[in-house]
Amino acid sequence: MQLDQFLTPPAETARRSGPHDRIVLSSRVRLARNLKDAAFPGWAKKPERIRVLELIQPAVASLPQMKDAFVAAMDQLTPLDKQILVERHLISREHAAKSAGSGLVLNRDESYCVMINEEDHLRMQALRPGLQLRQAWAAIDALDTELEARLPYAFSNDWGYLTACPTNLGTGIRVSAMLHLPGVVLAEQINPIIQSVNKLGLAVRGLYGEGTEALGNIFQVSNQMTLGESEAAIVERLEKVLAQIIEHEENAREVLLEKKPKVVYNHIGRAYGILANAHSISSKETMNLLSLLRLGVDLELFPDLDRALVDELFLITQPAHLQKMYSEKLSAEERDVLRADLLRERLKNVKRPVIRPPNGPTSAPNP
Amino acid sequence: MLCCICKEKPATVHYTQITGDKTQKLDLCESCAKAKGALDAGGFAFADLLFGLGASQEIEQAAGGSTLKCPQCGFTQADFKKSGRLGCPACYQTFAEALEGLLKTMHRGTRHVGKVPAALRQSRETTERIKLLQKKLAQAIEQEDFELAARLRDEIKQLTPRAPAAPRP
Ligand SMILES: [Zn+2]
Ligand SMILES: [Zn+2]
Repeated sequence: MQLDQFLTPPAETARRSGPHDRIVLSSRVRLARNLKDAAFPGWAKKPERIRVLELIQPAVASLPQMKDAFVAAMDQLTPLDKQILVERHLISREHAAKSAGSGLVLNRDESYCVMINEEDHLRMQALRPGLQLRQAWAAIDALDTELEARLPYAFSNDWGYLTACPTNLGTGIRVSAMLHLPGVVLAEQINPIIQSVNKLGLAVRGLYGEGTEALGNIFQVSNQMTLGESEAAIVERLEKVLAQIIEHEENAREVLLEKKPKVVYNHIGRAYGILANAHSISSKETMNLLSLLRLGVDLELFPDLDRALVDELFLITQPAHLQKMYSEKLSAEERDVLRADLLRERLKNVKRPVIRPPNGPTSAPNP
Repeated sequence: MLCCICKEKPATVHYTQITGDKTQKLDLCESCAKAKGALDAGGFAFADLLFGLGASQEIEQAAGGSTLKCPQCGFTQADFKKSGRLGCPACYQTFAEALEGLLKTMHRGTRHVGKVPAALRQSRETTERIKLLQKKLAQAIEQEDFELAARLRDEIKQLTPRAPAAPRP
């Protein structure tokens, strides 16, 4: 089956909802596993990687969770399809760069995605919308338990699951959440938050953009240490920190509206103005402005705009998704024009943001 | 300041990461930063890069100048320096001494706590139990409590045939 026939349409993925999804876009738990008697993918020669793929892929595909899954070798996918999978956060950029000897198993509702021969033989992920770390951990734990009966894992009593990079040794777990934090960014509180979260041994990074910039105000928080702490303890630690970040974000939004309403209205009004009227717009600018539009929806400034539409636009305006809509190969300039056309068309019935009267209805949890 | 990877070009890209009470600094030149994916937030793992460098230094020290090489896969410390990754599960044994120190700086602890494959769980528990009994046995002998020592010895013997050593990498 073709990938684009398999994948859930963006309009539908944007409607997935979960706890705290105003702020937490998605939760993910990833486990790294390797086979006992094979070189890690980065060191293995191509025939060995192919042998490992041919051993692992059917074992994964036969799991009950993987009924009707999409199963492919990376060299069967076009560069565009790989990029689509990256934009959907189903595979890593590293995995998209792989070809023969690497593969992928993605289940029907896209809640499990297993990368084969990425940096480790197995990188299996459970994905959930909103804040659902425990559920994601329980899901991937069950999948891993099924799989360990079918594949000989590399495991040491002292060091746990053996991984290609010592930074993943032990549990091989990476627990992460994707957060939308326009409030703390506008309030200029993001750097202290990043620093204090770092001090707890957790990593925060911008999900899009280069270096330190975080396009679309989207951040990923994850654990870094994997040895000497149980999976449950790591999940719990992350949950606590996320609860605090959510509270900071809610507070920042409330305080901004109260103390600097003009700043907030100005940002959101300009974002709306450009997105609904531009005739050429880059992917970067689109992400940053859609973030402000989403904030506007959360603050109830757009009574006739659904958050799902903003989330859908966030996905379909990214380069590969945009390219997929057209048969001919587009240059970056052409994409910018078509992106703007798409945004104007989809936002044409959205009325300009309202201004909330002081002491008017608020969307904050504690009025 | 020179780039800490190539040690040739001037460092223009600087990273600082605070983990717990440790501060780690990384100074790279433009081309090494690019090569390591450091300019690409999505693909860049600071810790991976940093520890990759640290690990190769530690492994060099532990090898005392000679070249450690994994008998299973032929991976050497020079390969580690290049990639920051190991070659195969058996490399963990080959480079065990050097890794031990490195893991201390990298993680919460140096012993695995958490999930164990079901097939190994039982043998692991038995191994732990035997270790404990052996400790008690040594104490009993020291205190000349031979009756207790005999009982402990029996118990250890009973456990031993059912406890094949868990497969080590
Ligand atoms: Zn350099
Ligand atoms: Zn090896």
